[in-house]
Amino acid sequence: MSKYWKEYQKEIADDNYFYVRSCIRQNFFPGAENLFIDILRNKLGKTVFEDADHTTCTGIGYHTDIVPLETTMTVVSRQFALMMEKGYENLVVSCVTSFGLYSEILDMWKHNPELKKKIAGYLAEATGRKFMEPKNMVHASDILYKYRNDIAAIAKHKLVNRHTGEPLKIVDHIGCHYAKTFPERGVGGAEFPQVLTGLITAWGGQTVDYPERRHCCGFGFRNYLVQENRGYSIAQSKIKLESMKPYEPDLMVANCPGCAMFLDRWQYTLEETEGSIYGARGRKIPVVTHEELAGMVLGYDPWEIGLQTHQVEVEDLLDKIGIDYNPELKYADRKGNLIGEPEMIQHHLC
Amino acid sequence: MNKGNLAGQIFEDPRYHEACRSCMNCGVCTAICPAAGYYDYDPRVIMNLIRDSDEETLTALLQSDLIWYCGQCMSCKPRCPRSNVPGAMIQILRSVSIKNGLFSKSSLGRQQLAIKRAIGHNILETGYCIHPTRVDPEMHPEQGPVWAWMSNNSDQVYGRFDAGYDQAGPGLLRKISKNSLDELDRIFEVTGCKELWDQIENSHLSL
Ligand code: SF4
Ligand code: SF4
Ligand code: SF4
Repeated sequence: MSKYWKEYQKEIADDNYFYVRSCIRQNFFPGAENLFIDILRNKLGKTVFEDADHTTCTGIGYHTDIVPLETTMTVVSRQFALMMEKGYENLVVSCVTSFGLYSEILDMWKHNPELKKKIAGYLAEATGRKFMEPKNMVHASDILYKYRNDIAAIAKHKLVNRHTGEPLKIVDHIGCHYAKTFPERGVGGAEFPQVLTGLITAWGGQTVDYPERRHCCGFGFRNYLVQENRGYSIAQSKIKLESMKPYEPDLMVANCPGCAMFLDRWQYTLEETEGSIYGARGRKIPVVTHEELAGMVLGYDPWEIGLQTHQVEVEDLLDKIGIDYNPELKYADRKGNLIGEPEMIQHHLC
Repeated sequence: MNKGNLAGQIFEDPRYHEACRSCMNCGVCTAICPAAGYYDYDPRVIMNLIRDSDEETLTALLQSDLIWYCGQCMSCKPRCPRSNVPGAMIQILRSVSIKNGLFSKSSLGRQQLAIKRAIGHNILETGYCIHPTRVDPEMHPEQGPVWAWMSNNSDQVYGRFDAGYDQAGPGLLRKISKNSLDELDRIFEVTGCKELWDQIENSHLSL
């Protein structure tokens, strides 16, 4: 690697991770985080510690301006304290909003020691805990990036259309708060983001470069959370979907749980409201998270990792890759009993 | 805090140094901004206003809808040739607007009450910003039928992926312990968030 590209690399710890979950990911992709932990522990042989006591980082409250900076900083300092108390120094963050926020907070503490001291005081006063900072902090997708070739070596499937032998055409969507907030903390920075492209190409697929590739998915915090503002959110996703449509992507992958959810849900809403469909042959484009992409190539059961919790159906994609699934168990509970099917599921045939 | 001196409060915010170094009014932030493409909103104009504003102009700005459009994507940050962060400037303006009760003059600003009662209460009552039982499918038709199925059958759906769902101990959407919730509550108290929430509730009452 030339010296110049070193700037676009980052240090990713190689083991002994303290994992903090994401509210959004747990709500909307409930199989993804346990899948990630299982891959790390049982496929890559890593140590991952999960602490029952960590809470929301308050990120959504912070970016909707109902939680002040110092409150958020103190909550985050509590997560760091929990990690150090358990003897870990390498933080792995599931949520991209949290990751951006932790990056911002560590940066502010570096430049503003007075503020850091004040937060340490708040933490002690409110919780009696000792203020500490992590040695290494990465997003969960960084770890999969680091071990992408190890995963490729034990993969059961490739991201290849088995009917045509062609690599699958995959849109990578990187959460804005992964690399736009602190480019030096993202693999490839804000200009050459590699974190998902690296996974896609190592596992046999090809990435789609389209004009609005780096446009925000449109979460927009208060712009989605308040019902009357939601037009902003869907309008931004629509810009992306229209721009990627001519390239006929087979799927999208996102490392931010919010982006994955919006790109999935807004396709449903745009079809219901406008009759628009953005995938090839009159089908919507499945959206998966980085953990789910790894789970698919590693041969996990699609329903055990939660692919039925996506609004856009994934069966077409599973067929293209050659992943087996039992349709009877899609909407089953833990014991295999049918929970009942979502209403109005649309099956597009052509 | 020096109330009444809006410019002073803006400059004192610890984010100010990062948010605004020296704006040359080039408009690159506006070109990349998703909010500028959707609303009548222009981050360049805001950056310009802050630079040389008197109290009257600042009061008008902090009472207006203009500061509430930004989607906080931070796409403006890596693009600004002067390393400013208009999205962070917006955070500062919103925070000063709320502290001084000016937000309640804007219909978009008044949405803070609903956000506080939803997200804020979720945080202190559950330990999560959002929870499957609190994203009502009736209020979220855009979430589609799969979400309605998940939310209406949350024990079985979430329980499939982790037997520890809504239970003590680590795991998927575990029940956050009383001790952790108490610590969160105290953090919100000592860092002034509760006071801010009172301000949001009271401004609503005085309308
Ligand atoms: S930013 Fe992510 S982890 Fe933090 S509170 Fe929100 S969803 Fe949860
Ligand atoms: S891009 Fe930067 S310098 Fe240009 S107008 Fe925006 S804030 Fe000012
Ligand atoms: S953070 Fe706000 S001002 Fe900056 S690009 Fe995003 S929406 Fe525009």
